[in-house]
Amino acid sequence: MTKGQAISLQKNDGGSLTAVRMGLGWQAAPRRGLFGSRTREIDLDASAVLFADKQPVDVVFFRHLVSDDGSVRHTGDNLVGGVGQGGDDEAILVDLSRVPVHIDQIVFTVNSFTGQTFQEVQNAFCRLVDETNGQELARYTLAGGGQYTAQIMAKVHRSGPGWTLTAIGTPANGRTFQDLMPSILPHL
Amino acid sequence: MTAELARGQNHPLSQARLEIRVSAGTPIVASATLGDENGKVHGVDWVAHPGAPVLPGLEVSKQAAAGHRLAVDLGAVPEAVHRVSVLLALPIGVGGPVRFGAVAAPFIAVTGLDGTEVASYTITGLDAESAVVALELYRRQGAWKVRAVGQGYAGGLAELLTDQGLPEAGRLAGGINDAVAQGLARSVQAPPQRTADGDRTRQTAAPAPGPDQSGPAPQAGSTPQGAPGPVPPHPTSPYGAPGPQPGYPAGPAPADPSTVTQPATPTAGGPVDYSHPRRQTGAPPSPPPTAPQARPGQPAQPVAGDANGWSMDERLYNQIWGMFEDLARNTAAYRSAVDFAESRMEKELDQALSDPRNRIGGQSDAAREVARGKHAQLVDQARASLDRDLAQLSAEAEVVEPALPPAFARWDNPVWHGYRVPMEIPMALRLGDLYLPESELLRIPMLVRLPLERGLWIDSGQGGLLDESFADSHELRRLALDTAVALAARLLAVYPTGEFGVHVIDPAGSGVQAFAPLVQTGVLATPPAPGAAGVADVLARLTQRVDLVQMAVRGGVPDSLPPGLDTAEQLLIVHDFPHGFDDRAVTQLRYLADEGPAVGVHLMMVADREEAAAYGPLLDPLWRSLLRLTPVPDDHLADPWVGHAWTYEPALVPSGSQVLQQVLARVAEARTRHR
Repeated sequence: MTKGQAISLQKNDGGSLTAVRMGLGWQAAPRRGLFGSRTREIDLDASAVLFADKQPVDVVFFRHLVSDDGSVRHTGDNLVGGVGQGGDDEAILVDLSRVPVHIDQIVFTVNSFTGQTFQEVQNAFCRLVDETNGQELARYTLAGGGQYTAQIMAKVHRSGPGWTLTAIGTPANGRTFQDLMPSILPHL
Repeated sequence: MTAELARGQNHPLSQARLEIRVSAGTPIVASATLGDENGKVHGVDWVAHPGAPVLPGLEVSKQAAAGHRLAVDLGAVPEAVHRVSVLLALPIGVGGPVRFGAVAAPFIAVTGLDGTEVASYTITGLDAESAVVALELYRRQGAWKVRAVGQGYAGGLAELLTDQGLPEAGRLAGGINDAVAQGLARSVQAPPQRTADGDRTRQTAAPAPGPDQSGPAPQAGSTPQGAPGPVPPHPTSPYGAPGPQPGYPAGPAPADPSTVTQPATPTAGGPVDYSHPRRQTGAPPSPPPTAPQARPGQPAQPVAGDANGWSMDERLYNQIWGMFEDLARNTAAYRSAVDFAESRMEKELDQALSDPRNRIGGQSDAAREVARGKHAQLVDQARASLDRDLAQLSAEAEVVEPALPPAFARWDNPVWHGYRVPMEIPMALRLGDLYLPESELLRIPMLVRLPLERGLWIDSGQGGLLDESFADSHELRRLALDTAVALAARLLAVYPTGEFGVHVIDPAGSGVQAFAPLVQTGVLATPPAPGAAGVADVLARLTQRVDLVQMAVRGGVPDSLPPGLDTAEQLLIVHDFPHGFDDRAVTQLRYLADEGPAVGVHLMMVADREEAAAYGPLLDPLWRSLLRLTPVPDDHLADPWVGHAWTYEPALVPSGSQVLQQVLARVAEARTRHR
């Protein structure tokens, strides 16, 4: 999936997608030199902002793990990234069938809470998965991604009876989703 | 369509990817062996067990648990394997039951990945056996079938594995038990426990959903900048401490997060493996659906006790908490949508008014009409969605209410007519019902954990009451007393004989009539204390008791209490406060409120705060420390997730019913036998 590309989340059999998961995984880059043995912890955070007609209504992030309506759930803050490789270290689950009727867009973002840029993170990725069958809908590699501390990743928005996923993939800077609001708004 | 198998019966399997769900009344070990076409198990690497949980196409849990979900992918099982046997065993040497005859019959089901049951089997008829071959999946002419086996072994896993032709059976059985014992030692055995975690500014990967997580009040920063953040009134949370987590027993039940949450692909060969390979307790699962997820438009049939838990009571408790959370969140979704619709309509109406082009002709009216139409449409949609959720929750409540044990049941529940004095303390007590204005007919039982962690305050004052029509303060006082008596009776009834004592302070004797059921049946520890002397006497005794127990506990010698000391929990009902109280008595009362709950002395104030106004702010900490309940419906309680103001309605005995007297008579009768 490329930047700006939109995927309808209608399934081939006519049923529509009911649950998506945004997964985020990373490892701290090993440091070379004098203090090489001291690992440096990197804390990336996944957030989801719920919009109704371009107004933010609710947000799910590490301080608010479940949207008030219960449709969007964060699996919990991970402060240091993965010890292994490849798995999601943080995930946000969206039950699209339960999203309140006025919410028309959900934007997913990734931030570096500890301030390192994505250049300093190893094996960092974020992806969107169809939670019902495990199929990956979109995947971004963040590592080596330049002097950025955040990314507006993608959004799911209502279209007709179902939902559509649009990849955004715009880099940004900020420590939490609040810092990203100005960068998010153009994509709504 | 579920096939309920009897022993020996088989059933075809149309899917290769399956889940095998096991539930038992006690933690058990689940393992599986692979056999060749003769059923022979070739070696230890043909056995999936807690010490080596993963085989191609098969994964079992690493721990003993009362519920298991085994992931099976028959397509990934090696060609040479013709039989997969699912084994259950009781863990040895951990102090639990040692024979299946002593526990509830284990239930095992083969389900598809979406949770639909294909076949199920209840393993009955076991007695001295401590291990059993529950099911086997076997190839027959290129297709797989499942058979209910139910073959038990009194000699445990060792005998079972020997029977399957495994040469190293004894050693392997020992290894499995060691692995299980280690797992049990690491995990908390007790049912859900409250976490004492007060600081939740930044939550690490802990169980995500649950009343514990969002705390009593939304923190600063939890609403997005610029967002129309909801500004709920700030009612007191009934659950001052973080509540227990429905659906998340702290015990080892959901043993391996990867098997619980990602039943789809836990094994090699699946397309995506979400789980972190080297982490067991990292990002926790989304709440595992305990029932097959309902598809939109096709609600699942609700079942009582359809939640996690070690016992039926705990499952019902967790289910009620789940319903409570669902209702809170569904209503939040509805309110948020309606608020949005209203603010959008206002904005559009303003626009229509200020747009100069609209000044001529009927354009303005048309624009307003459109704005109103959009509002109505969105509100209708939101209401339809809420109604769908309410219908499902109501259906659930309809099956849950009749299934409740006395401690959780309303007084009009027939379970009270068959009341018998219990043998153990229940995990929680129903204080009343909770509801929201959007759904007045759907009542959520308000359950608090036992032993009580906070004292109770039945507010007999009119201040702050919604309903101003209670001009008759006499009537309100009377209702407050009835509420107090009904709660005290409920506490007496749900505790085992001799483990709960009730004392009454009624200095002016004005509650004689209301207290009559307690007095006449003789269930009080002491007769109601009259006058100032009575007050002083009761307070002195209870204060001394708190002192003694505290000293013993702090000194690390809880066994050295004086022999005459009644170890039962004590409830002190104080009526007409502060009548009959001098300064010393007030100080003692505050001491009891602060220190009592930790050592089993609880306070129930039936009081109007206004009447104690003379004490000024001195008593504020006392009132704050108590859970305020009202004798008439009042919306002052907040849920821990969203902070809605819920209307509390006390659990009162239906008028004209003698059930309370009957129950108390049983309590008294059991007590005389006990002595």
